[in-house]
Amino acid sequence: MNDMTPTNLSGSMPLAAPFVRVKDLRVRFVSREATVRAVNGVTFDLARGEVLCVIGESGSGKSVMMRSLLRLHPKKRTVIEGSMQVGEHDIGAVSDRVLSKLRGSTISMIFQEPMTALDPLYTIGDQIVETVRRHEGLGREAAWARALELLELVRVPSPERRLKAYPHELSGGLRQRAMIAVALSCRPSLLLADEPTTALDASVQIQVLVLLRKLQREMEMSMIFVTHDLGVAAQIADKVAVMYAGRIIEYGTVADVLNRPQHPYTRAMLASTVKDQERGVQLEAIAGSPPDLRALPDGCSFLPRCGYAKPECAVAMPPETVDARGHMARCYRVGVEGQRLAFSAPAIQPSVCTNASQLAAARAEMLGRQA
Amino acid sequence: MWLYALRRIILTIPILFGVTVICFALVQIAPGDPIQNLLSPTASQADAERLRAAYGLDKPLPVQYVIWLGKVLVGDMGMSIANNTPVTGEVLRAFMNTIVIAMIAVVIAFVLSTIFGVAAAYRSGGLVDKAITAVAVFGISVPTFWLGVILVIIFAVNLSWLPATGMGAGGSKGFDYLSWSDFRFAVMPIIALALPPLGIMTRTTRSSLSEILNQDFVQTLRAKGLTETEVMIHAVRNIMPAAVAMLGLQLGYLIGGSVLVETVFTWPGTGYLLNKAILTRDIPLLQGTILVLATAFVLINLVVDLAQSLIDPRIKRS
Ligand SMILES: Nc1ncnc2c1ncn2[C@@H]1O[C@H](COP(=O)(O)OP(=O)(O)OP(=O)(O)O)[C@@H](O)[C@H]1O
Ligand code: SF4
Ligand SMILES: [Mg+2]
Repeated sequence: MNDMTPTNLSGSMPLAAPFVRVKDLRVRFVSREATVRAVNGVTFDLARGEVLCVIGESGSGKSVMMRSLLRLHPKKRTVIEGSMQVGEHDIGAVSDRVLSKLRGSTISMIFQEPMTALDPLYTIGDQIVETVRRHEGLGREAAWARALELLELVRVPSPERRLKAYPHELSGGLRQRAMIAVALSCRPSLLLADEPTTALDASVQIQVLVLLRKLQREMEMSMIFVTHDLGVAAQIADKVAVMYAGRIIEYGTVADVLNRPQHPYTRAMLASTVKDQERGVQLEAIAGSPPDLRALPDGCSFLPRCGYAKPECAVAMPPETVDARGHMARCYRVGVEGQRLAFSAPAIQPSVCTNASQLAAARAEMLGRQA
Repeated sequence: MWLYALRRIILTIPILFGVTVICFALVQIAPGDPIQNLLSPTASQADAERLRAAYGLDKPLPVQYVIWLGKVLVGDMGMSIANNTPVTGEVLRAFMNTIVIAMIAVVIAFVLSTIFGVAAAYRSGGLVDKAITAVAVFGISVPTFWLGVILVIIFAVNLSWLPATGMGAGGSKGFDYLSWSDFRFAVMPIIALALPPLGIMTRTTRSSLSEILNQDFVQTLRAKGLTETEVMIHAVRNIMPAAVAMLGLQLGYLIGGSVLVETVFTWPGTGYLLNKAILTRDIPLLQGTILVLATAFVLINLVVDLAQSLIDPRIKRS
């Protein structure tokens, strides 16, 4: 219930600290040729049971940020800075042993490609049982019973038979459900879903999405959900973070970000999406290309593609501007007016407003369906 | 599974048939008329015809082939010209000598290469990795006859730990691989045989492991909370189809291509026999040896395919 009402920051203070606290996370990949700065200072909090959608162009560092939360990067070539607190664990500091206990139990991850994310030589059942036994020390029988329950939970038809099936014997949608079953097998508190529906057919996408949202609520998981699809974000998110060049450049409740986008990048992205009014459309390219992560400029990373740039934009990355509702944007043209963020440009393109209202309508329709 | 195995076995029959045709044709292609070699220079044309009829050589080729095949199927591959002994017995004895040490060598190479490959992949780019790569390159590039001679010099001449050549006083009859007094004769041939496959298989294990470890599902395994050792078990199982294929290939290579090693150690195997048959122009012996080797090759491939389908469920489908 209350996850739909805008969070009153001062009101929620007395409650326990947020479940996930990421602070100034920086990730770079070092190789002989170059250093790729994939994540450049990401900060966000996520409460228990809340869904954060991360959106942004390809290469903006969404997957890298997600993998950091499980420390899945190649150890040698990766430098991770900043802090990632999940529950009582400081992910950046825990030992490998503790980490492998957290992985798959407290924190689980679902990947984009169901076709390649499962081991082709093991049955679905084996792959679920393996996880359950690893974390909960169940016996063979009990673990198999649990695997069966899980396949039922993710609505795989004729689950007994599917337990003995190999990944290549299942359709994409069923494989992704199996993947979800693996991820949920030890009742995680935080579920990381990296574009879990992108590779699926449109109709299957919606089923999987609805299923994920339902399970997320039932199990009261926190979820970070990466997507290219604003319709998806509108459907399942409580909070939305927009990433650009490894930074969150706009953050807020789904209503604030999608209905009142402030950052020029978010606006352009929304404007390019809803032209043909169809839900489930991928983000279209915004004119220009994303910056080279090997040599980031000093100023605002969106500068080369921004229509509102002013001289100071080239000097330093703009700081966070936050309003009382927690809506944040990083842009020199965004300030706080009264209680809310406001964009101070000579003219706001009308198309943005229509898009936003269309999105709002789509969102209202979707939320209505879920209830 | 059983259906696949059955289909695969049935498919082997025409291949074996082709093998016999080629072996039969080999004798027909070989230059020289065998009858002329048997006759004295004074023999008449009629004598030649009689002899030809006696050997069945006057019949059309297909008929000759069927008769020959019939005999082969009951284990009669004719008489060796040089020794005037049955080819079958001689070839099978030599084949046993070869296949046993070849299998031991290949299994050793397989086990060691898997261990080396895993160790190298674990410490990818590190010292262990580099040392193992060096050993692998050595194994691939060192000539086996040279290695054989070096082994003899070190272990037989200098250290006198192992006998230099042969199979001991008893020869290949009654040779007991389980008793050290016999087996020690096989040690150096096995080492010399095992080294090249060890080198090649270490390299392929190493590269297919790093390929597998870069696949998406490995990230899933880590994300599930498996330890690096458990992840490696998954990875090793995933390279097994390729590794088993490589094992079969190397075994086939060893049974046919071990002429040099068998010559250096005077090990009476098929390579040795092949060499002898060619030098003495003993066509029946040559034919018998090639037939047995080719058949073994086909059967090894069959076993490899069946083993692969046991490991990799995707194979049965296609
Ligand atoms: N292991 C790695 N080593 C070097 N560079 C990497 C590594 N992983 C990711 N990168 C780089 O980091 C950048 C961000 O990649 P990331 O996968 O996070 O993008 P993304 O936002 O998830 O994009 P997409 O929407 O296409 O999935 C890319 O330029 C990518 O090439
Ligand atoms: S800071 Fe300047 S360049 Fe960057 S988005 Fe805002 S207006 Fe554009
Ligand atoms: Mg990604």
